[in-house]
Amino acid sequence: MVENRPVADALAHLVLLLGVLIVAFPVYITFIASTQTAEAIVQNVPMSLLPGDQLISNYTRALVGSNTQGGSNPPVAPMMTVSLITALVIAVGKIVISLLSAFAVVYFRFPGRSIVFWMIFVTLMLPVEVRILPTYKVVSDLGMLNTYAGLTVPLIASATATFLFRQFFLTVPDELVEAARIDGAGPLRFFWDVLLPLSRTSIAALFVIQFIYGWNQYLWPLLMTTSEDMYPVVMGIKRMITGGDAATEWNVVMATAILAMIPPAMVVILMQKWFVKGLVDTEK
Amino acid sequence: MTIAKRVRFKSWWLPWVLVAPQMAIVLVFFFWPAGQALFQSVLQEDAFGTSSEFVGLQNFRRLWQDASYLASFKTTAIFSVLVATLGLALALVLAVMADRVVRGANTYKTLLIWPYAVAPAVAGVLWLFMFAPSVGIVSFWLRAAGIDWDALLNSRHAMTLIVMAAVWKQVSYNFLFFLAGLQSIPKSLVEAAAIDGAGPWRRFWTVQFPLLTPTTFFLLVINIIYAFFDTFAIVDAATEGGPGKDTAILVYKVYYDGFKALDLGGSAAQSVVLMVIVIVLTVIQFRYVEKRVNY
Repeated sequence: MVENRPVADALAHLVLLLGVLIVAFPVYITFIASTQTAEAIVQNVPMSLLPGDQLISNYTRALVGSNTQGGSNPPVAPMMTVSLITALVIAVGKIVISLLSAFAVVYFRFPGRSIVFWMIFVTLMLPVEVRILPTYKVVSDLGMLNTYAGLTVPLIASATATFLFRQFFLTVPDELVEAARIDGAGPLRFFWDVLLPLSRTSIAALFVIQFIYGWNQYLWPLLMTTSEDMYPVVMGIKRMITGGDAATEWNVVMATAILAMIPPAMVVILMQKWFVKGLVDTEK
Repeated sequence: MTIAKRVRFKSWWLPWVLVAPQMAIVLVFFFWPAGQALFQSVLQEDAFGTSSEFVGLQNFRRLWQDASYLASFKTTAIFSVLVATLGLALALVLAVMADRVVRGANTYKTLLIWPYAVAPAVAGVLWLFMFAPSVGIVSFWLRAAGIDWDALLNSRHAMTLIVMAAVWKQVSYNFLFFLAGLQSIPKSLVEAAAIDGAGPWRRFWTVQFPLLTPTTFFLLVINIIYAFFDTFAIVDAATEGGPGKDTAILVYKVYYDGFKALDLGGSAAQSVVLMVIVIVLTVIQFRYVEKRVNY
């Protein structure tokens, strides 16, 4: 910059620091609450802003569950497993079927190609929320309630991922196809040996976005699951607080909240480069 | 839209096999249920669900006469306007500051973007806890400041609560796009303005903000879609649509009427109304994106 304005720079830092603090505050409070006893939270209002000494016991209780006189909570460890499997299947599934359809749409001419393309496009206009009941009925008719298939398969169709790969394939030079053909490679060989390695960055970027999408699903599992062993953690945590304000064991709930936040937050922070790319690319 | 290459492979069966999985899911879980919703919206089922008759647009007429549905529309409108404006304004301030700061910009970025990863339902629980009337730390401070905070009874408080949680979660997304937009503005423009004697404030309003218009408009649409559809979990976790029905946004109502109140025809009609809203928003978004690519 051509100018030197120390006051303005200091102000910028101040605003940013304030922003960071406000953004982090809810999570800090959550963490603090997850290290205290349930009584300390309910009785000492306002609660202490320093960590308590119950960290290990709270997190253990949250993970394995408990059923004492103080209260009971279902074990969170199985819910984390459900969330992890669901998120992975959704992310990988979306990537696989979108790669295949984008490949077909870009590299082949077949009757109905544009119909296929527009049908995928229209799914953007049909989010779960606008077809709640009928979709529930379809899934229950297929006997997929309370199964991983029910939790994942209906969410795997993806217009955004298909568009992203289509966009990317269009930038791949035609010479590569010609070269592959001269070398005698068929379409599948070309897809596997040329296209797929070239798409690595897009795949990584999409994986981050779709993993978070899958992990954070709430309405869908709410419809799909009625048995506790199929609850993902995001949904399980809500069910822990239905007991009311003071009766809720906030220390365990907050430990669960931290546990539910860790995997997607880690994915964002560790794969930040791809995360940013994924966000920006999927909106094109 | 160009959707294909000049050089292609030839096969009459392979492309069908390739698109089959996606098509199967789209047909079974998207088109069929959406068709069902359209179909049911013109039917009325009797109390036992054994028979249904064609009632034309009666379900829709009933909706428009239903005061709670109109109230839900108003709630959704207030909620989305608040979420979109607050979320955009805060993110813009942070992005402008981060764009100005040379040292540490990436650290700030990392520290600001992670709430995107927090599930809406978890965000709802976090804010619910901080603002819980009896144990919440912020509600204690508010009481100390003379505000009798109770989101369980006061509908304004409940609305404030879900708006804050929704904005908190969305700021990181807006921030990333604003920052990218600001960084794509050629430095020479800003520097030219600086040499002409324009201070940071003046430069922002006359150079940077006008050039950000495409980003802002795009984010506005995305934020409205977010407030309409992706905040169901926040509402369900933080207020459950209460007190009364005062924070029941349209998506919450469609879920509640369909699943809890079991009003099939009414819920289907609401679905159709929502469908129209998404279609309008998507069309705006895409027509606009075509233009956005140019800059």
